[in-house]
Amino acid sequence: MIPLSWYLLLSALLFSMGIVGFLIKRNLITVFMSIELMLNAVNLSFVTFAHQWHAVKGQIFVFFVMMVAAAEAAVGLAIIIAVFRARATLAVDRVDLMKL
Amino acid sequence: MKIFHLWLIPLLPFAGFLLNGILGRGLPKWLVSTIALLAPLGSLLIVLSTTFGFFGSVPVPHFEPRIETCPIGWIHAGALNIDFTFVLDQLSLVMLLVVTGVGFLIHIYSVGYMGHEEGYWRFFSYMNLFMFFMTVLVLAGNALLMFVGWEGVGLASYLLIGFYFQKKSAASAGMKAFVVNRIGDFGFLIGMFLLLATFGTLTFSEIAAKLDADPTLQGGVVTAIALCLLLGAAGKSAQLPLYVWLPDAMEGPTPVSALIHAATMVTAGVYMIARTHAIFDRSPLALSVVAIVGAATALFAATIGLAQTDIKRVLAYSTISQLGYMFLGCGVAAYSAAIFHLVTHAFFKALLFLGAGAVIHALNGEQDLRKMGGLRKNVPLTFWTMTIAVFTIAGFPPLAAFFSKDAILAAAFAQGSSGKILWFVGLVTALLTSFYMFRLWYLTFTGESRAEGHHHPHANPKSMLGVLVILAILSICGGWIGIGAGVGRFGAFLAPATGQHLEEASAGSLELILSIVAVAVAAIGWFIAHSIYSKGTKRAEELAATYSGPHTLLVHKYYVDEFYSATIVKPILATSTYVLDWIVDKAILGGAAWLLAGICKFAGALLQRWQSGNIRSYAAWLTAGAAAILLFVLVPWSTVLAEWFGIHVGMGGH
Repeated sequence: MIPLSWYLLLSALLFSMGIVGFLIKRNLITVFMSIELMLNAVNLSFVTFAHQWHAVKGQIFVFFVMMVAAAEAAVGLAIIIAVFRARATLAVDRVDLMKL
Repeated sequence: MKIFHLWLIPLLPFAGFLLNGILGRGLPKWLVSTIALLAPLGSLLIVLSTTFGFFGSVPVPHFEPRIETCPIGWIHAGALNIDFTFVLDQLSLVMLLVVTGVGFLIHIYSVGYMGHEEGYWRFFSYMNLFMFFMTVLVLAGNALLMFVGWEGVGLASYLLIGFYFQKKSAASAGMKAFVVNRIGDFGFLIGMFLLLATFGTLTFSEIAAKLDADPTLQGGVVTAIALCLLLGAAGKSAQLPLYVWLPDAMEGPTPVSALIHAATMVTAGVYMIARTHAIFDRSPLALSVVAIVGAATALFAATIGLAQTDIKRVLAYSTISQLGYMFLGCGVAAYSAAIFHLVTHAFFKALLFLGAGAVIHALNGEQDLRKMGGLRKNVPLTFWTMTIAVFTIAGFPPLAAFFSKDAILAAAFAQGSSGKILWFVGLVTALLTSFYMFRLWYLTFTGESRAEGHHHPHANPKSMLGVLVILAILSICGGWIGIGAGVGRFGAFLAPATGQHLEEASAGSLELILSIVAVAVAAIGWFIAHSIYSKGTKRAEELAATYSGPHTLLVHKYYVDEFYSATIVKPILATSTYVLDWIVDKAILGGAAWLLAGICKFAGALLQRWQSGNIRSYAAWLTAGAAAILLFVLVPWSTVLAEWFGIHVGMGGH
């Protein structure tokens, strides 16, 4: 049986990749995918602990997270399309109208 | 007749003010004038309804005073109780008859006079507003309610003086009237505070009752109250030294000058003194100050009136002078005589102003006496009514002012040796009055026309002329109500309201001699005016050249305006500009505000770097923040600090 720590390591790895992608990628869609990656990293650790402690709560939480993520994806993609239509670009650096 | 409530009297004009003030711009002219006329007419009819069966009763009309208190309280604080109390006694009845009667007539006149003006509705709504406040002032049963009316008529006066507000002189004249009146109002206010402190009430009847109950209450504080009230009265009634606003107030339309600045509002000071006579009666010092102020003003203004060339300004100085007479009457405690003169003055001075207005109207706005002349043929009806008014103010019998002026002069004469001086001043004033009024009369109506250009004088509307005739009749007959032994029927009627001063007029033969002297003096004034002005202005110009010094002094009104400007207005303006504006406002307050703004701006400039608008920088901060929180929560700091650095934190650490 694969030890618990491996799952957690994988989860931490995925989360870190998400953070790095979130911080350094320019394309909005990539940034968005990085966020999804972070969410799923968290989901993995939830499921891991649920299995370890035989607690079904962790698995229920995962469903909640997936549901929120789906909603977020719908809204987020809509915003991205709107941004693209307005600015004809998806580069994060160019979407800076809020700057002084 | 008690079918009408007293509060209807002021409220009708107020309704007229609201209707015309809010809707008037869109209403047709006939509707505006109907509303404006019905309001004071309603008040007049209500006042008249209280006098049914009045004039026939012998020897003195009986009148039962009425007091009405609004069920809604006004100020109730501890021991202080002030209500909306309206009092209709002999004094306020007389005053109300004058205010609503003359007011209504002048409203009719205005329909014709203001017919072509822009802002017709505005004019009439202001006029109704004035009627509202004036009737409140007259009916007020306590000093505070009177003060409300007092300030309100000041406001209406300000609005109407500045009616032609596009004209700078009219706008600043309105301001001058307001500011000078503030000085008087300050006196009135201080007087009210002293009344409250001394008597604990502002109700006139209670004050009089408390004074009656305590004969020791005199001197000191009573004199102070009386002098403060006198300052207020002097401001409103244009007495020395606060008279300067009234001549400038002639910038307003002529009906306004007639109603507010001759017949009613400016007499409010006299009315106020008569209303608070119980206080003045207790202070011989204050009474003599009133008399001296009145006599000095009467003489002073009459001399200025000698040399003025603007027809309305001559009348304005004449008004100040006649108000001086009324103060003189109050000062010798002849309140009923003062009120009597107030009534007759309202008739003949309104007539003079409206006649002058008719002349000005006929000449398309010309006000300079030097450019008039020969108008007798052009405006015959105006000429005859003005003639009656001139003879009235000069004091010829049996016209109204003969009786009222005589009543004041006789009362002054009866006041011992100092009274003789007052009487003499009054007599000299009568001479001057007669002279300058006949001067005005000759310059306006006789001789040849001196008008520039060749515009033909045009006729006046019938509504204006009708009012002139009614006022002329009142000027002739108005004095007859005062005929009778002692203080006359009028004085006896007023006696319950003005206190018992029945002994003031002396024996018949002396009174007769005084009357003859007064009439002789008036005739002399007429004679002098005739000898100088009946043959054009040449003789007058020669005289002015011979006595150029005094003449210049009079033309420039003793340089009083210049004196006030140099000693009061300019220093205040300079202080305001240099100290208050530049130093206090701009430097200190403005500096503090700029400093605060500068600090905020600097801090903002520093902090705005965080708000770059760059999403990735936000993301970085977010991540860093989350990491920092994790670090704080997960790391067992107390252990780390204790083991690595030997620092012990917290109570339970080890």
